[in-house]
Amino acid sequence: MPPADGVSASREDVLARYEPVIGLEVHCQLLTRTKIFCGCPNRFGGEPNTLVCPVCLGLPGALPVLSREAVELALRAAIATRCQVHEVSVFARKNYFYPDLPKGYQISQYDQPLATDGAVEIPAGDGGWRQVRLERIHMEEDAGKMLHEGMPWSSERSGVDFNRSSVPLIEIVSRPDMRSAEEAYEYLTALKAVLLYAGVSDGNMEEGSLRCDANISLRPRGSEAFGTRSEIKNLNSFRNVARAIEHEILRHAALLDAGQKIPLETRLWNADRGETVAMRSKEESHDYRYFPEPDLPPLVVSAAWIAEVTAALPELPADKRRRFVAQYAIPDYDASVLTLSRAVADYYEAAAKTAGNAKATSNWVMNEVLRKLNEDGREIAASPVTPEALAELVKLLDGGTISGKIAKDVFEKMWATGDAPGAIVAREGLVQVSDEGALQKAIDEVIAQSPEQVATYRKGKTGTLGWFVGQVMKKTGGKANPQTLNALLKKALDGPAA
Amino acid sequence: MANVTQATVEHVAGLARLSLTDAEKERFARQLQQILAYAESIQALDVSGVPPMSHAGAATPLRLEATDPQPGLSRETVLAAAPDAADGLFRVPKVIGG
Repeated sequence: MPPADGVSASREDVLARYEPVIGLEVHCQLLTRTKIFCGCPNRFGGEPNTLVCPVCLGLPGALPVLSREAVELALRAAIATRCQVHEVSVFARKNYFYPDLPKGYQISQYDQPLATDGAVEIPAGDGGWRQVRLERIHMEEDAGKMLHEGMPWSSERSGVDFNRSSVPLIEIVSRPDMRSAEEAYEYLTALKAVLLYAGVSDGNMEEGSLRCDANISLRPRGSEAFGTRSEIKNLNSFRNVARAIEHEILRHAALLDAGQKIPLETRLWNADRGETVAMRSKEESHDYRYFPEPDLPPLVVSAAWIAEVTAALPELPADKRRRFVAQYAIPDYDASVLTLSRAVADYYEAAAKTAGNAKATSNWVMNEVLRKLNEDGREIAASPVTPEALAELVKLLDGGTISGKIAKDVFEKMWATGDAPGAIVAREGLVQVSDEGALQKAIDEVIAQSPEQVATYRKGKTGTLGWFVGQVMKKTGGKANPQTLNALLKKALDGPAA
Repeated sequence: MANVTQATVEHVAGLARLSLTDAEKERFARQLQQILAYAESIQALDVSGVPPMSHAGAATPLRLEATDPQPGLSRETVLAAAPDAADGLFRVPKVIGG
């Protein structure tokens, strides 16, 4: 969890008196090949205004044709979030004037959305899980992109690129079910995992594939009625969502404590300054003059299509998590970390099945593999250590061939070279020394060379045993079997002088 | 009763970036007034028992095309229609917020 910005020392006091009420609206670009209403490629990063046609430019006479693939992905998202999909949904025009909207309206869905009443599971904080309810998921088209900076003429003019115009989106609207910045962060993390599993989105916030607006209000603890909310935009990372919510909680509390009213407004998050600034007063929805889109008849989704999409969905994160706990007897926490990404979950499963020690494998994946991937900025598919190689390492350790300390070194070498652990152990002579004769010889040498330390130990300072262990380890190049070594050392030190 | 004045027409035309002559403004104000009056006569009817119908072809399933991407217009063509363009971008007056 990202830490809260230190805006005020009275955060605890504020939270003791007020309950934050948070709902999130997430816009998710769908991973379709084409745009939603035309055949232009849906692709990020093209030269400006090169992925456009009369339909997505809103030229007169151009008519939209809905992409089947877009509906299919929207259905996947809706079913994966356990929404009720409506057989009939209706597209509507949302009218407003802004340069990124060439038609003067956005084709969206309004009073008859594709799906309603879903849920996403988040950690409850007590080790259990709870539901954040979804109000709705509807389909719509993206707007073009405004460029306010970076051009020689940017001080006088804004640029518009319509490559993004009519890229398919779903808007996922949560109920105001979250009560802290942490919960908002957990919700976004869980929702992103579901969308990635379902193959709906690439989850890339930098490229705008996932965008989030936050609605937040405060109410006195114990009160049922909602306070007036602010809508926060320009939240370009999950961390910034959490920071902005923390900021708004304190800002609202200060206004309420001063007896002022919270205005219903949209505010922009400024990540550099760590604060929100008012953007415009929130239009009432009738200002958008929604009306049914005359160019698109209602979308009809058959029960057969829903069944087909449902059957094709992979196992979803929450189900996988529960199965991992049941099947591999690993802690719920481990399972939740391992199932955040489908690729990581698959990696873990492949390794655990071969290794036979599921908890040890979980530790290796969470503590070593994920750490190294993070350090290198790699995806797990590019891991130099394959699941099979990791399983072999776990087996070498479990079978007593190498010690835990050596195993860490071997892992580093596997990461650097991509070699199998068995090959590294053989090549570098890292096999653990469990042979009592060899260990006894090293122990005898250490004891002979350290009369003072032996005397100290025998005066009752048995806590110095670790020092002896270290010395013998040094002599054996870290290869001594720790259990055997401990037993032999104790015997040598506690028994009659050698 | 809605009252469509010439000022209303100017406002709506401005939002839609239409420039109208005085004669057009006068004519459209009159026509819009008639259209709204007709709509109001319909709104007077009691339709509480009638389900809303958004389209005449409401029972027709949507045509769903599984299309492969197709090239659209060339950038030169696209920007040739723009009142102002530079560096591959449409250019518009500075706008604050969104």
